[in-house]
Amino acid sequence: MKPSAFRYHRPGSIAEAVDVLADVGPDQGRVLAGGQSLVPSMAFRLAAPSTLVDINRIEELGHLSVQDGSLVIGACVRHAAFHRSVVDGVPGPFLTRVARHIGHYPIRQRGTFCGSLAQADPASEWCLVAVALGASVTAASKRGTRRIEATDLIVGAMTTTLAEDELLTEACLPLPAPETRLGFAEFSRRAGDFALAMVLASYRVVDGRIAGACVAVGGAEDRPRRIAAAEMALDGNPPGAETFAAAGGAAAEALDPMEDAQTSVAYRRDLVRTLTSRALERAAA
Amino acid sequence: MPEGKVLGKPVTRLEDQPLVTGRGRYVGDINFPHQLHMRIARSVHAHAEIRSIDTSRARALPGVFAVWTSDDIPEVGPVDFRADRASEVLKPYRQPVLARGRVRYVGDPVVAIFAEDAYVAEDAAELVDIDYSPLRIIVSADEDPGEFEPGRTTEAAFLTHTFGDVDGAFAKAHKVIELDLHTGRHSGVPLETRGAIGRYDAATDILELHGAAKVLHRNRDTLVNMLGCNPDQLHVHESHVGGGFGIRGELYPEDVLVLVAAKRLGRPVKWIEDRYEHLMCANQGREQHHLARVAVDKDGRILAMEDKIFHDQGGYVRTHGYNVANRTMCMLTGLYDVPAFRAVTHYRLTNKTPCATYRAPGRFESTFVRERLVDAVAAELGLDPVEIRRRNLIRPEQMPYKLEFDEANVENLEFDSGDYPLLFKKALDMFGWNTLQEELKRRRAAGEMIGAGMGLFLEEGGRGPSDGARIAVDSRGGVEVVTGGASLGQGFETAMAQICAEALGVDYRKIRVIHGQTDRIPYGIGAHATRATVLTGGAVHVTALAVRAKALDMASELLQLPVDSLEIVDGTVRQRSNPRGPTITLGDIAKRLAPGSKVLGGRQPGLWAEEFFNPKDTVFPYGVHLAVVKVDPGTGGVTVERFMVAYDVGRAVNPAMVEGQLVGGCLQGLGGALYEEFIYDDQGQPLAATLADYLLPTLGEAPDIEVLITEDAPSPLNPLGIKSAGEGGINGVGAAIAGAIGDAIGRPGAIRRMPVTPQRLRDILRADGR
Ligand SMILES: Cc1cc2nc3c(=O)[nH]c(=O)nc-3n(C[C@H](O)[C@H](O)[C@H](O)COP(=O)(O)OP(=O)(O)OC[C@H]3O[C@@H](n4cnc5c(N)ncnc54)[C@H](O)[C@@H]3O)c2cc1C
Repeated sequence: MKPSAFRYHRPGSIAEAVDVLADVGPDQGRVLAGGQSLVPSMAFRLAAPSTLVDINRIEELGHLSVQDGSLVIGACVRHAAFHRSVVDGVPGPFLTRVARHIGHYPIRQRGTFCGSLAQADPASEWCLVAVALGASVTAASKRGTRRIEATDLIVGAMTTTLAEDELLTEACLPLPAPETRLGFAEFSRRAGDFALAMVLASYRVVDGRIAGACVAVGGAEDRPRRIAAAEMALDGNPPGAETFAAAGGAAAEALDPMEDAQTSVAYRRDLVRTLTSRALERAAA
Repeated sequence: MPEGKVLGKPVTRLEDQPLVTGRGRYVGDINFPHQLHMRIARSVHAHAEIRSIDTSRARALPGVFAVWTSDDIPEVGPVDFRADRASEVLKPYRQPVLARGRVRYVGDPVVAIFAEDAYVAEDAAELVDIDYSPLRIIVSADEDPGEFEPGRTTEAAFLTHTFGDVDGAFAKAHKVIELDLHTGRHSGVPLETRGAIGRYDAATDILELHGAAKVLHRNRDTLVNMLGCNPDQLHVHESHVGGGFGIRGELYPEDVLVLVAAKRLGRPVKWIEDRYEHLMCANQGREQHHLARVAVDKDGRILAMEDKIFHDQGGYVRTHGYNVANRTMCMLTGLYDVPAFRAVTHYRLTNKTPCATYRAPGRFESTFVRERLVDAVAAELGLDPVEIRRRNLIRPEQMPYKLEFDEANVENLEFDSGDYPLLFKKALDMFGWNTLQEELKRRRAAGEMIGAGMGLFLEEGGRGPSDGARIAVDSRGGVEVVTGGASLGQGFETAMAQICAEALGVDYRKIRVIHGQTDRIPYGIGAHATRATVLTGGAVHVTALAVRAKALDMASELLQLPVDSLEIVDGTVRQRSNPRGPTITLGDIAKRLAPGSKVLGGRQPGLWAEEFFNPKDTVFPYGVHLAVVKVDPGTGGVTVERFMVAYDVGRAVNPAMVEGQLVGGCLQGLGGALYEEFIYDDQGQPLAATLADYLLPTLGEAPDIEVLITEDAPSPLNPLGIKSAGEGGINGVGAAIAGAIGDAIGRPGAIRRMPVTPQRLRDILRADGR
């Protein structure tokens, strides 16, 4: 579990970073953010980058602020930044609750929000949040800057549409309207493990009925996804156990779950059914 | 037993100062000038013929010193069994230190690389080209045996244990209950992985092995046979050890390789296992399939038990031979009075990591089977699970209780002492079992899936044949206790110091305990199968008494007082009736006993002694595990709300350390019951070779473990009445958890397989339409 040899750069600015990436990106160069996914895979020699471009000293990437109703999260913002509420209202404490499910305390001190999006693990909490809330990211390269919707960025398990020379500089998370209710539920074998399935649910209640429902499932398919069938089962119906159960059933049905040696399709469906109604109940609470 | 001054007290451990201040010395901390680093290129196939090996690219890498295949070490034989467990039938199944012709599991060592640093060594291992031709892969002991090698099948042995009239008992039974049960493959996973450093000193012609553990003298004896040298030419050294659990300290191919290489290459050779290797190569255990049945009369009394076992041994037979299979069978009836018994084991090799002993080997498995049977009988007959156990427990007046097997080659057992019903009662009382039942009923009515279960078990420890100790007092009153024991972190030094302090009359903190150094003492039993405190403790006790006798004899002459009027307190001899009178310290006595001393008289010089302790037989501690679990029906998740272990240890040398052993054992047991499993795909590829996939319970999953230590049945077989404490914590956990889950879901017999993963539990609930 010793990595193979690599070169190491530590640029001090975005401009310098994209310069280096233009050079080394096409030749197996990789960005190093929190290192909580990249370094273990190097130790296992699953990844053998020729060069690491360490972005941890780039001050411009440390920003975390609300701009035009969106939370803008720089590439060096750690999971632990969310241990405290980062915005007022419902979303702040909600993001704190979600963040606590990411790995363990030391991992959250290093790992980054944007690194999670770049890594695109199917069971990443932040990827689910990004897809559910309609986030987008900014990718910079020597060629210029572009904006990518989260749903266009994450295209498969550990697969994104970022180019080899691109640096993901920030993520932009639209904050839901103040009256929006948010709920999250996941199941993992142990505290801190990647979840076997997770659900983020949000909705508003208008005249006693659910409106604008969002049900997004992570960890069950190769990428997080909103489940239209479940949302349809909610919209226009009164919130409550029965409606939530119907949405859970719809979500479980609509799913095409991943399967592995320890997790069958049937089990993942069961989990999603349970977690959907739990997320909805928590949103209602 | 009279109450001791320090024996039996929860005194602070002597070994913790360096450990908690980061100054311990584990094998990774040991380095020698000019050392080489070894890396093993391992098989990626579960079963294949090696057609060719090309090491030229690896050799060409700068920094690589040597690259070996089995052809480079034709003189080195396979890793041998421990001397006392040799079995001719099993010998062909031993593991070569580098694969010869065939590989038999993923991780099997094929090529050894020796390089200037660990990074280069790992680079070189990737450059080794091995051409394989695949063979039939067997991943389960349930499959028909295949060919191990031409003329030899993978069923290495067929073992039987019998007593009583089994067929007669089944014929006249009121009810026969049959269960199909599986215990999952898991193992001890110490925080510190394995490591070994070989070093040859040509000036003295001494070969050293550093990083050894557990059974140093026995390993030395095995190595001496394998390497063809004399015991005084091979010194085996233990450093701090970050956990043993049975798997660490056995001899493995890598231990042999570093020694052979150190001598041949003329440079120290260091090998540190990484976690990935550890989870593929270190001994695994527990994987058995049981077809078990029990015959009972109408009152639920057991008339006979029968079990057909498929034991999954993995790719080779390691140092224990078929010990685990035998322990499974001979302890299966446990603490119940069973008149007739038959067990057979198909001891089969598979193409997975080899297995050997893991804490409570064979017992964790057999307790699961036995207690599942008993729960099933209770459910079938509508009896209370407590009552049915009471009816079947061996009664105190039956002690010592003998198990005499029909087979000539099977060792008979004699349970030395015990009051099983008493401990059972104490445990239930402390747990509040009866009020608990009320509470469970209430919570169930409120919709919770909650239940309680139990596992009653017997342990065995203190196996001989013998161990010795040498104790010397120096001229300043310092006491050195030299033992052939070993410390895996269990507090061996403290326990030995307490025993010595009590017998000799010194402060236990002034005692230095030596262990794990074969150059300091010629024999040593090591630390395995919970025998250190019984065996080495017994030896330290008798040796300390001998030193005391010698000290008092000299003191009596010097103080002009009769021997039997003297006592030793804090290292000073004084008259019992006159503590303020004349005194002499042990240091001064040691000076007077120096060689050439004028007062020596006819005495042997020196204040020291060497004695041996030879117990007649093994000791049998026993215990009860009780659990309360809550099941989340929607996810199949299980939360352990309460867990208790009650254990009669005969006599606790240090209750705090016994508690530590028990709590640690319980948590490990929860791992095997709920989380840990080495799974493989149908190609024999390990799917749990990282700690993200092999799920050890963490603090997040750990309930507070309630502990009851009793000393109601001291062993008559050793002077201090000690039984053993190392394995009781884990023994009955699987049984208790399985029972509790069955109770929680209202299906007492439903849990047939460990670990009870959320998915397996969901499958059971789904099949019920829940
Ligand atoms: C034991 C353990 C448990 C974990 N549990 C969870 C969990 O439950 N949930 C979860 O979501 N995560 C979990 N993680 C992963 C953790 O959250 C990582 O921090 C995260 O996946 C990646 O973020 P990072 O900053 O560490 O990225 P790194 O490891 O540094 O990089 C990951 C990948 O993304 C690329 N990358 C990173 N940042 C950028 C960027 N700005 N621009 C372009 N490319 C970039 C890197 O080149 C690399 O390919 C766990 C990790 C461990 C070790």
